[in-house]
Amino acid sequence: MITAERKPFEEIKEYVKHYERIMVLGCGTCVAVCQAGGEKEAQILASELRLAFGNEGKKVEVTEETVVRQCDDEFMADMGFLEKVKEADIIISIACGVGVQHACNYFNRVIEGKRVRVVPGLNTTFMGANIEIGHWEERCLGCGDCVLERTGGICPITRCAKGLLNGPCGGSSDGKCEISKDIECAWHLIIERLEALGELDRIKPVEMYKDWRPSHSGGPRRIVREDLRL
Amino acid sequence: MKSGSNLEGLLERGEFVVTGELGPPRGTDVEVVKAKAAMLKGNVDAVNITDNQTAIVRMSSIATSKILIDQGLEPTMQMVARDRNRLAMMSDLFGAVALGIKNMLCLSGDHQSFGNHPEAKNVFDIDSIQMIHMVKTMRDEHKVISGDEIEGNFEMFIGAACNPFADPFHYRVHRLAKKVEAGADFIQTQCIYDMKRFREFMKQVVDMGLHEKCKILAGVTPLKSVGMARYMDTNVSGIIIPEEIIDRLRAAGKGNVAAEGIKIVCEQIQELRAMEGIAGIHLMAIEWEHKVPEIVKLAGLLPRPTL
Repeated sequence: MITAERKPFEEIKEYVKHYERIMVLGCGTCVAVCQAGGEKEAQILASELRLAFGNEGKKVEVTEETVVRQCDDEFMADMGFLEKVKEADIIISIACGVGVQHACNYFNRVIEGKRVRVVPGLNTTFMGANIEIGHWEERCLGCGDCVLERTGGICPITRCAKGLLNGPCGGSSDGKCEISKDIECAWHLIIERLEALGELDRIKPVEMYKDWRPSHSGGPRRIVREDLRL
Repeated sequence: MKSGSNLEGLLERGEFVVTGELGPPRGTDVEVVKAKAAMLKGNVDAVNITDNQTAIVRMSSIATSKILIDQGLEPTMQMVARDRNRLAMMSDLFGAVALGIKNMLCLSGDHQSFGNHPEAKNVFDIDSIQMIHMVKTMRDEHKVISGDEIEGNFEMFIGAACNPFADPFHYRVHRLAKKVEAGADFIQTQCIYDMKRFREFMKQVVDMGLHEKCKILAGVTPLKSVGMARYMDTNVSGIIIPEEIIDRLRAAGKGNVAAEGIKIVCEQIQELRAMEGIAGIHLMAIEWEHKVPEIVKLAGLLPRPTL
């Protein structure tokens, strides 16, 4: 899933300090699971803003709403909800960067006669897995041409700090990456996994240059599925 | 001949070669380069010019290499995959050949988090092994990666690094084999202090016959002080310094540690020279270039042979 972390409170407060009617908009999918931008977090941020502005004697109205997914029109097309959006001077979206952009685009498309301001309340971090409670790790960079079949199911592009396709580099020590003792060397893991599978020979030939066109290097990407289009 | 370089010629003739290392200045001061070059001249067969080593921005490897050529020394231009994509690498290689650079060393490069611009975005479009393959393709097929023909000559003696002290140890020889398969003509190893582990590694190398396909230069670095030894052992990735070496330095006593460090490196050179599969040494006297003449003399490596 997509993971995110909330921005520092002072930064968010700075974004909205000139507005009176503020809406905190949560997102009920990925960022709710990683407890950064769901309904509960929307309530917490709204309360913090009320308290902080209240202490300064500033009169603000902070509302909170949460939709299932901000990255999909379908979940925001509720007239009652859109009326509330219309009444806000500014919206703090605590979705991932996709949700922030999509919500902003959607509101400005469907709400007539008003420009809707949407600012982010989270820093979107990565596509990762939940390792244990309160611990997530990056697992995929979305390079567009998956190599996991030949690397024992461990992604070197994402998990090697240098993205090496013919690792490990000379900085691998005791299974750890040269950049931090808290980061496992992806290539050490790959070698161990392939040895356990009896397939170490698979990484002995030189892995050739990667074609980065399917990745972001090829420009912003899109998927158009004719079979699914109406 | 693949490049016509002095290094290649001496290795082909079976000479026990000595390469040195020169770190470019953190700025534009040509005199720093010339002063270091003067200490190395006549004492080594080629000089590695580091490429933003430890991710600290310095005078470019290509420009420093050219200054060395003008001083009458032969450079080995290092190139890291961290800072350039394939276009920039090939373009710089054309420039390097045009400037008379005949040896190069293909490296991944230390992660930028170690250097003075940890905020930088790294590149790693291709890795060090793919870089070796790229340069070999340019030289032997006279083509860039895309398959387009190269205009003009392209000759290069292709080097790569090897760290027998990184993990997993048992896989290290296989990674070396990949570098040889990709097209490395010579290898320079990380600094060797743990001779037992290095012997074990070289046995694997010889058993696989890699030393017959590629020339292996053993890396050595003299230790100036107990503090330096401790620092390198703890902080430099992939370096192991056995306790007995640190004990020897400490036992030498105040004022004698540097001399003991030089004595140790000379002994290491003798031991490496006698080891099967070792074609020379790579002497990395980090910010201690002025000691190089003394070290090579004491190690019995002078005068340097000429072609």
